[in-house]
Amino acid sequence: MATTSIQVAETPLVRLALQRADDALVLGHRLSEWCGHAPVLEEDIALANLALDLIGQARELYALAGEAEGAGHDEDQLAYLRNERAYRNLLLLEQPNGDFALTIARQFLYAAFIDPWWRATLHATHPGLAAIAAKAEKETAYHLRHSAEWLIRLGDGTPESHRRAQEALDRLWPYTGEMFEPAEATLVADGVCADPPGLRETWNATVDAVLAQATLQRPKDGWMQTGGRAGRHTEHLGPLLAELQYMQRVLPGAVW
Amino acid sequence: MTNNNLRQRAWDAAAAVVDPEIPVLTIADLGVLRDVAVTPDGVEVAITPTYTGCPAMNMITLEIELALDRAGIRPARVKTILSPAWTTDWMTEDGRRKLREYGIAPPPAAASRRALFGADSAACPHCGSADTEKLSEFGSTACKALWRCRACREPFDQFKCH
Repeated sequence: MATTSIQVAETPLVRLALQRADDALVLGHRLSEWCGHAPVLEEDIALANLALDLIGQARELYALAGEAEGAGHDEDQLAYLRNERAYRNLLLLEQPNGDFALTIARQFLYAAFIDPWWRATLHATHPGLAAIAAKAEKETAYHLRHSAEWLIRLGDGTPESHRRAQEALDRLWPYTGEMFEPAEATLVADGVCADPPGLRETWNATVDAVLAQATLQRPKDGWMQTGGRAGRHTEHLGPLLAELQYMQRVLPGAVW
Repeated sequence: MTNNNLRQRAWDAAAAVVDPEIPVLTIADLGVLRDVAVTPDGVEVAITPTYTGCPAMNMITLEIELALDRAGIRPARVKTILSPAWTTDWMTEDGRRKLREYGIAPPPAAASRRALFGADSAACPHCGSADTEKLSEFGSTACKALWRCRACREPFDQFKCH
Protein backbone atom coordinates (compact mmCIF):
# COMPACT_ATOMS: atom_id res chain seq x y z
CA MET A 1 0.00 0.00 0.00
CA ALA A 2 1.43 3.35 -1.00
CA THR A 3 1.98 6.05 1.60
CA THR A 4 -1.00 8.33 2.11
CA SER A 5 0.50 10.91 4.47
CA ILE A 6 4.04 11.86 5.51
CA GLN A 7 5.70 13.62 8.43
CA VAL A 8 8.84 15.61 7.69
CA ALA A 9 11.76 15.88 10.12
CA GLU A 10 12.44 19.61 9.80
CA THR A 11 15.88 21.06 10.29
CA PRO A 12 16.28 24.83 9.73
CA LEU A 13 17.42 24.19 6.12
CA VAL A 14 14.56 21.77 5.41
CA ARG A 15 12.11 24.29 6.87
CA LEU A 16 13.52 27.11 4.74
CA ALA A 17 13.27 25.06 1.56
CA LEU A 18 9.71 24.01 2.44
CA GLN A 19 8.69 27.61 3.17
CA ARG A 20 9.87 28.83 -0.20
CA ALA A 21 8.57 25.73 -1.99
CA ASP A 22 5.12 26.04 -0.36
CA ASP A 23 5.05 29.77 -1.23
CA ALA A 24 5.77 28.99 -4.86
CA LEU A 25 3.39 26.03 -5.13
CA VAL A 26 0.43 27.72 -3.43
CA LEU A 27 0.76 30.93 -5.46
CA GLY A 28 1.38 28.92 -8.62
CA HIS A 29 -1.77 26.89 -7.93
CA ARG A 30 -3.82 30.05 -7.36
CA LEU A 31 -2.59 31.52 -10.66
CA SER A 32 -3.37 28.29 -12.49
CA GLU A 33 -7.02 28.73 -11.41
CA TRP A 34 -7.16 31.67 -13.87
CA CYS A 35 -6.35 29.43 -16.82
CA GLY A 36 -9.21 29.91 -19.29
CA HIS A 37 -10.81 32.67 -17.17
CA ALA A 38 -8.52 35.71 -17.50
CA PRO A 39 -9.96 38.95 -18.90
CA VAL A 40 -7.96 38.82 -22.15
CA LEU A 41 -6.11 36.07 -23.98
CA GLU A 42 -2.63 37.60 -23.50
CA GLU A 43 -3.23 37.77 -19.78
CA ASP A 44 -4.55 34.23 -19.64
CA ILE A 45 -1.26 33.10 -21.18
CA ALA A 46 0.78 35.41 -18.94
CA LEU A 47 -0.79 34.13 -15.70
CA ALA A 48 -0.30 30.52 -16.81
CA ASN A 49 3.35 31.32 -17.56
CA LEU A 50 3.84 32.85 -14.11
CA ALA A 51 2.24 29.76 -12.60
CA LEU A 52 4.58 27.55 -14.59
CA ASP A 53 7.66 29.43 -13.32
CA LEU A 54 6.47 29.14 -9.73
CA ILE A 55 5.57 25.46 -9.91
CA GLY A 56 8.98 24.80 -11.49
CA GLN A 57 10.68 26.62 -8.63
CA ALA A 58 8.58 24.64 -6.15
CA ARG A 59 9.74 21.36 -7.70
CA GLU A 60 13.40 22.23 -7.32
CA LEU A 61 12.91 23.50 -3.78
CA TYR A 62 11.00 20.37 -2.74
CA ALA A 63 13.78 18.26 -4.22
CA LEU A 64 16.28 20.25 -2.17
CA ALA A 65 14.16 19.86 0.99
CA GLY A 66 13.88 16.11 0.44
CA GLU A 67 17.61 15.78 -0.11
CA ALA A 68 18.39 17.86 2.99
CA GLU A 69 15.99 15.79 5.10
CA GLY A 70 17.53 12.56 3.87
CA ALA A 71 14.45 10.42 4.51
CA GLY A 72 13.79 9.62 0.87
CA HIS A 73 10.82 11.99 0.39
CA ASP A 74 10.57 13.20 -3.20
CA GLU A 75 9.01 16.38 -4.59
CA ASP A 76 5.63 14.74 -5.22
CA GLN A 77 5.35 13.33 -1.71
CA LEU A 78 6.25 16.68 -0.17
CA ALA A 79 3.63 18.48 -2.27
CA TYR A 80 0.80 15.96 -2.11
CA LEU A 81 1.14 14.12 1.18
CA ARG A 82 1.58 16.80 3.82
CA ASN A 83 -1.43 18.10 5.74
CA GLU A 84 -2.49 21.73 5.93
CA ARG A 85 -0.77 22.28 9.28
CA ALA A 86 2.53 21.11 7.77
CA TYR A 87 2.34 23.73 4.99
CA ARG A 88 4.66 26.65 5.66
CA ASN A 89 3.56 29.20 3.05
CA LEU A 90 2.77 32.88 3.61
CA LEU A 91 -0.90 33.62 4.32
CA LEU A 92 -0.85 36.28 1.57
CA LEU A 93 -0.32 33.68 -1.13
CA GLU A 94 -3.21 31.39 -0.20
CA GLN A 95 -5.77 34.23 -0.38
CA PRO A 96 -8.37 33.52 -3.09
CA ASN A 97 -7.91 35.17 -6.48
CA GLY A 98 -10.85 37.57 -6.04
CA ASP A 99 -11.12 39.86 -9.04
CA PHE A 100 -8.25 40.53 -11.45
CA ALA A 101 -7.13 43.55 -9.38
CA LEU A 102 -6.74 41.41 -6.27
CA THR A 103 -4.72 38.80 -8.16
CA ILE A 104 -2.43 41.50 -9.58
CA ALA A 105 -2.03 43.26 -6.22
CA ARG A 106 -1.15 39.96 -4.52
CA GLN A 107 1.39 39.18 -7.22
CA PHE A 108 2.97 42.62 -7.04
CA LEU A 109 3.25 42.77 -3.23
CA TYR A 110 4.93 39.35 -3.19
CA ALA A 111 7.16 39.87 -6.24
CA ALA A 112 8.47 43.15 -4.82
CA PHE A 113 9.72 41.08 -1.87
CA ILE A 114 10.77 37.77 -3.37
CA ASP A 115 12.71 39.16 -6.32
CA PRO A 116 15.27 40.99 -4.12
CA TRP A 117 15.25 38.01 -1.72
CA TRP A 118 16.33 35.67 -4.51
CA ARG A 119 18.89 38.19 -5.74
CA ALA A 120 20.36 38.42 -2.23
CA THR A 121 20.40 34.62 -2.10
CA LEU A 122 22.46 34.34 -5.32
CA HIS A 123 25.63 34.18 -3.26
CA ALA A 124 24.25 31.85 -0.61
CA THR A 125 26.72 29.41 0.91
CA HIS A 126 24.38 26.53 0.02
CA PRO A 127 25.22 25.71 -3.62
CA GLY A 128 21.85 24.07 -4.30
CA LEU A 129 19.92 27.10 -3.10
CA ALA A 130 22.23 29.50 -4.95
CA ALA A 131 21.67 27.52 -8.17
CA ILE A 132 17.88 27.79 -7.79
CA ALA A 133 18.25 31.51 -7.02
CA ALA A 134 20.17 32.05 -10.27
CA LYS A 135 17.08 31.11 -12.30
CA ALA A 136 14.42 32.31 -9.89
CA GLU A 137 15.68 35.88 -9.63
CA LYS A 138 15.32 36.37 -13.39
CA GLU A 139 11.88 34.77 -13.46
CA THR A 140 10.59 36.81 -10.53
CA ALA A 141 12.03 39.98 -12.11
CA TYR A 142 9.59 39.40 -15.00
CA HIS A 143 6.76 38.76 -12.50
CA LEU A 144 7.54 42.03 -10.74
CA ARG A 145 7.64 44.04 -13.93
CA HIS A 146 4.47 42.48 -15.29
CA SER A 147 2.42 42.91 -12.11
CA ALA A 148 3.71 46.48 -11.55
CA GLU A 149 2.69 47.47 -15.09
CA TRP A 150 -0.81 46.10 -14.51
CA LEU A 151 -1.20 47.74 -11.10
CA ILE A 152 -0.32 51.10 -12.67
CA ARG A 153 -2.75 50.49 -15.53
CA LEU A 154 -5.55 49.60 -13.10
CA GLY A 155 -4.84 52.32 -10.53
CA ASP A 156 -4.43 55.04 -13.12
CA GLY A 157 -7.24 53.68 -15.31
CA THR A 158 -10.99 54.12 -14.93
CA PRO A 159 -12.73 55.07 -11.64
CA GLU A 160 -13.91 51.44 -11.43
CA SER A 161 -10.46 49.89 -11.95
CA HIS A 162 -8.95 52.42 -9.52
CA ARG A 163 -11.54 51.57 -6.85
CA ARG A 164 -10.96 47.85 -7.24
CA ALA A 165 -7.16 48.16 -7.15
CA GLN A 166 -7.35 50.27 -3.98
CA GLU A 167 -9.73 47.80 -2.34
CA ALA A 168 -7.39 44.94 -3.23
CA LEU A 169 -4.42 46.69 -1.64
CA ASP A 170 -6.40 47.56 1.51
CA ARG A 171 -7.59 43.99 1.83
CA LEU A 172 -4.17 42.36 1.34
CA TRP A 173 -2.07 44.83 3.30
CA PRO A 174 -2.43 43.08 6.70
CA TYR A 175 -0.80 40.00 5.13
CA THR A 176 2.35 41.80 3.99
CA GLY A 177 4.06 41.97 7.39
CA GLU A 178 4.59 38.21 7.48
CA MET A 179 7.06 38.37 4.56
CA PHE A 180 9.53 40.26 6.73
CA GLU A 181 9.61 37.87 9.67
CA PRO A 182 13.27 37.06 10.40
CA ALA A 183 14.86 33.90 9.01
CA GLU A 184 16.20 31.41 11.53
CA ALA A 185 19.33 32.74 13.18
CA THR A 186 21.57 29.80 12.25
CA LEU A 187 20.66 30.17 8.55
CA VAL A 188 21.54 33.85 8.53
CA ALA A 189 24.73 33.27 10.54
CA ASP A 190 25.84 30.57 8.08
CA GLY A 191 25.03 32.75 5.08
CA VAL A 192 22.48 30.25 3.73
CA CYS A 193 19.89 32.88 2.81
CA ALA A 194 19.03 36.56 2.96
CA ASP A 195 17.34 37.81 6.12
CA PRO A 196 13.92 39.23 5.18
CA PRO A 197 13.96 42.23 7.60
CA GLY A 198 16.93 43.58 5.65
CA LEU A 199 14.81 43.74 2.49
CA ARG A 200 12.10 45.97 3.89
CA GLU A 201 13.61 49.21 2.59
CA THR A 202 13.98 47.84 -0.92
CA TRP A 203 10.38 46.65 -0.79
CA ASN A 204 9.14 50.01 0.54
CA ALA A 205 10.92 51.86 -2.25
CA THR A 206 9.48 49.60 -4.98
CA VAL A 207 5.96 49.71 -3.54
CA ASP A 208 5.97 53.47 -3.00
CA ALA A 209 7.26 54.21 -6.49
CA VAL A 210 4.68 51.98 -8.19
CA LEU A 211 1.75 53.11 -6.02
CA ALA A 212 2.61 56.76 -6.72
CA GLN A 213 2.56 56.11 -10.45
CA ALA A 214 -0.67 54.15 -10.06
CA THR A 215 -2.25 57.04 -8.08
CA LEU A 216 -3.05 54.54 -5.31
CA GLN A 217 -2.84 55.18 -1.57
CA ARG A 218 -0.43 53.10 0.49
CA PRO A 219 -2.55 51.55 3.28
CA LYS A 220 -1.52 52.29 6.86
CA ASP A 221 0.54 49.67 8.65
CA GLY A 222 -1.62 48.23 11.42
CA TRP A 223 -2.10 44.74 12.82
CA MET A 224 -0.25 42.24 10.68
CA GLN A 225 -1.51 38.67 10.30
CA THR A 226 0.95 35.90 11.09
CA GLY A 227 1.02 32.13 11.47
CA GLY A 228 1.64 30.65 8.01
CA ARG A 229 5.22 29.65 8.82
CA ALA A 230 3.92 27.72 11.86
CA GLY A 231 1.14 26.02 9.88
CA ARG A 232 -1.69 28.22 11.23
CA HIS A 233 -3.47 29.15 8.03
CA THR A 234 -6.52 31.11 6.96
CA GLU A 235 -9.65 29.15 6.06
CA HIS A 236 -8.64 29.27 2.39
CA LEU A 237 -5.69 26.85 2.33
CA GLY A 238 -7.67 23.72 3.23
CA PRO A 239 -9.95 23.83 0.16
CA LEU A 240 -6.96 24.66 -2.07
CA LEU A 241 -5.06 21.59 -0.83
CA ALA A 242 -8.16 19.44 -1.11
CA GLU A 243 -8.19 20.15 -4.84
CA LEU A 244 -4.41 20.02 -5.27
CA GLN A 245 -3.94 16.75 -3.36
CA TYR A 246 -7.19 14.96 -4.17
CA MET A 247 -5.84 12.42 -6.63
CA GLN A 248 -2.88 11.21 -4.56
CA ARG A 249 -5.02 10.98 -1.42
CA VAL A 250 -7.78 8.98 -3.10
CA LEU A 251 -5.53 6.81 -5.27
CA PRO A 252 -2.23 6.74 -3.37
CA GLY A 253 0.77 6.38 -5.64
CA ALA A 254 -1.29 6.82 -8.83
CA VAL A 255 0.84 7.38 -11.95
CA TRP A 256 -0.08 7.94 -15.57
CA MET B 1 36.08 1.05 -28.95
CA THR B 2 38.03 3.62 -27.03
CA ASN B 3 36.33 5.81 -24.47
CA ASN B 4 37.00 8.89 -26.58
CA ASN B 5 35.24 7.41 -29.56
CA LEU B 6 32.32 6.31 -27.43
CA ARG B 7 32.07 9.74 -25.86
CA GLN B 8 32.08 11.43 -29.27
CA ARG B 9 29.42 9.09 -30.65
CA ALA B 10 27.27 9.67 -27.56
CA TRP B 11 27.78 13.43 -27.83
CA ASP B 12 26.81 13.42 -31.53
CA ALA B 13 23.68 11.40 -30.83
CA ALA B 14 22.60 13.62 -27.92
CA ALA B 15 23.54 16.86 -29.72
CA ALA B 16 21.12 16.07 -32.56
CA VAL B 17 18.08 16.02 -30.25
CA VAL B 18 15.82 19.00 -30.99
CA ASP B 19 13.76 21.22 -28.71
CA PRO B 20 10.17 19.89 -29.06
CA GLU B 21 8.78 23.43 -28.95
CA ILE B 22 11.31 25.02 -31.34
CA PRO B 23 12.21 22.11 -33.60
CA VAL B 24 14.80 24.06 -35.64
CA LEU B 25 17.09 24.22 -32.61
CA THR B 26 19.07 21.30 -31.27
CA ILE B 27 19.92 21.09 -27.59
CA ALA B 28 23.53 21.79 -28.61
CA ASP B 29 22.44 25.05 -30.32
CA LEU B 30 20.56 26.01 -27.16
CA GLY B 31 23.47 25.29 -24.87
CA VAL B 32 21.29 22.86 -22.89
CA LEU B 33 23.67 19.95 -23.52
CA ARG B 34 26.49 20.43 -21.03
CA ASP B 35 28.57 17.30 -20.89
CA VAL B 36 28.83 13.65 -21.85
CA ALA B 37 30.89 11.37 -19.64
CA VAL B 38 31.83 7.72 -20.01
CA THR B 39 31.62 6.12 -16.58
CA PRO B 40 32.02 2.51 -15.42
CA ASP B 41 28.21 2.38 -15.12
CA GLY B 42 27.57 3.62 -18.66
CA VAL B 43 27.28 6.92 -20.46
CA GLU B 44 26.05 9.92 -18.52
CA VAL B 45 24.63 12.97 -20.32
CA ALA B 46 24.38 16.23 -18.36
CA ILE B 47 21.81 18.86 -19.33
CA THR B 48 20.81 22.19 -17.79
CA PRO B 49 17.17 23.34 -17.77
CA THR B 50 16.38 26.58 -19.60
CA TYR B 51 13.45 27.86 -17.57
CA THR B 52 12.73 26.38 -14.14
CA GLY B 53 9.26 25.23 -15.13
CA CYS B 54 9.97 24.45 -18.77
CA PRO B 55 7.72 21.48 -19.65
CA ALA B 56 9.98 20.58 -22.59
CA MET B 57 12.73 19.33 -20.27
CA ASN B 58 10.99 16.01 -19.53
CA MET B 59 10.50 15.48 -23.26
CA ILE B 60 14.15 16.36 -24.00
CA THR B 61 15.37 13.87 -21.38
CA LEU B 62 13.27 11.13 -22.95
CA GLU B 63 14.45 12.05 -26.47
CA ILE B 64 18.12 11.85 -25.40
CA GLU B 65 17.58 8.41 -23.86
CA LEU B 66 15.92 7.24 -27.08
CA ALA B 67 18.65 8.76 -29.29
CA LEU B 68 21.42 6.99 -27.36
CA ASP B 69 19.50 3.75 -27.39
CA ARG B 70 19.04 3.98 -31.17
CA ALA B 71 22.78 4.57 -31.49
CA GLY B 72 23.35 1.37 -29.53
CA ILE B 73 24.87 3.19 -26.56
CA ARG B 74 23.67 1.36 -23.45
CA PRO B 75 23.33 1.81 -20.58
CA ALA B 76 22.89 5.57 -20.63
CA ARG B 77 21.31 8.05 -18.29
CA VAL B 78 20.54 11.75 -18.25
CA LYS B 79 21.23 13.94 -15.27
CA THR B 80 20.13 17.51 -14.71
CA ILE B 81 22.57 20.05 -13.35
CA LEU B 82 21.33 23.38 -12.05
CA SER B 83 24.64 25.16 -11.55
CA PRO B 84 25.88 27.15 -13.34
CA ALA B 85 22.41 28.25 -14.38
CA TRP B 86 21.60 28.30 -18.08
CA THR B 87 21.47 31.68 -19.75
CA THR B 88 20.49 32.77 -23.26
CA ASP B 89 24.15 33.80 -23.71
CA TRP B 90 24.93 30.10 -24.16
CA MET B 91 22.93 29.95 -27.36
CA THR B 92 25.28 29.53 -30.31
CA GLU B 93 25.53 32.01 -33.21
CA ASP B 94 24.29 29.26 -35.46
CA GLY B 95 21.33 28.79 -33.13
CA ARG B 96 20.52 32.51 -33.24
CA ARG B 97 20.58 32.47 -37.05
CA LYS B 98 18.31 29.41 -37.18
CA LEU B 99 15.85 31.07 -34.80
CA ARG B 100 15.68 34.19 -36.97
CA GLU B 101 15.10 32.12 -40.10
CA TYR B 102 12.33 30.26 -38.26
CA GLY B 103 10.60 33.61 -37.54
CA ILE B 104 11.61 34.05 -33.90
CA ALA B 105 13.71 37.04 -32.84
CA PRO B 106 16.78 35.71 -31.01
CA PRO B 107 17.42 36.81 -27.41
CA PRO B 108 19.41 40.00 -26.87
CA ALA B 109 23.03 39.17 -26.03
CA ALA B 110 24.46 39.61 -22.53
CA ALA B 111 21.70 38.49 -20.20
CA SER B 112 22.46 41.12 -17.61
CA ARG B 113 19.76 42.86 -15.60
CA ARG B 114 20.30 45.82 -17.94
CA ALA B 115 19.29 43.66 -20.86
CA LEU B 116 16.42 42.26 -18.81
CA PHE B 117 15.09 45.68 -17.87
CA GLY B 118 16.89 48.16 -20.06
CA ALA B 119 15.78 49.44 -23.41
CA ASP B 120 13.63 46.68 -24.82
CA SER B 121 14.13 46.09 -28.50
CA ALA B 122 13.83 43.35 -31.08
CA ALA B 123 14.43 43.45 -34.80
CA CYS B 124 11.62 41.92 -36.84
CA PRO B 125 12.75 38.44 -37.97
CA HIS B 126 10.56 38.75 -41.11
CA CYS B 127 11.62 42.09 -42.62
CA GLY B 128 14.51 43.14 -40.37
CA SER B 129 12.90 46.43 -39.32
CA ALA B 130 13.74 47.82 -35.89
CA ASP B 131 10.37 49.57 -35.75
CA THR B 132 8.69 47.00 -33.49
CA GLU B 133 6.58 46.97 -30.33
CA LYS B 134 6.08 44.47 -27.55
CA LEU B 135 2.52 43.20 -27.21
CA SER B 136 2.94 40.92 -24.21
CA GLU B 137 5.72 39.94 -21.84
CA PHE B 138 4.57 36.32 -22.08
CA GLY B 139 4.11 34.38 -25.28
CA SER B 140 3.28 30.92 -26.54
CA THR B 141 5.92 29.24 -24.35
CA ALA B 142 7.70 30.19 -21.12
CA CYS B 143 10.76 31.39 -23.03
CA LYS B 144 9.06 33.77 -25.45
CA ALA B 145 7.45 37.23 -25.53
CA LEU B 146 4.98 38.42 -28.15
CA TRP B 147 5.92 41.34 -30.44
CA ARG B 148 4.57 43.08 -33.53
CA CYS B 149 6.42 44.75 -36.39
CA ARG B 150 5.15 48.21 -37.29
CA ALA B 151 6.83 48.09 -40.71
CA CYS B 152 5.53 44.79 -42.14
CA ARG B 153 2.65 44.49 -39.61
CA GLU B 154 3.51 40.85 -38.85
CA PRO B 155 3.39 39.56 -35.27
CA PHE B 156 6.39 37.57 -34.06
CA ASP B 157 7.80 35.80 -31.02
CA GLN B 158 11.00 36.89 -29.31
CA PHE B 159 13.14 34.50 -27.32
CA LYS B 160 13.34 36.30 -23.99
CA CYS B 161 16.62 37.36 -22.47
CA HIS B 162 17.34 35.07 -19.55
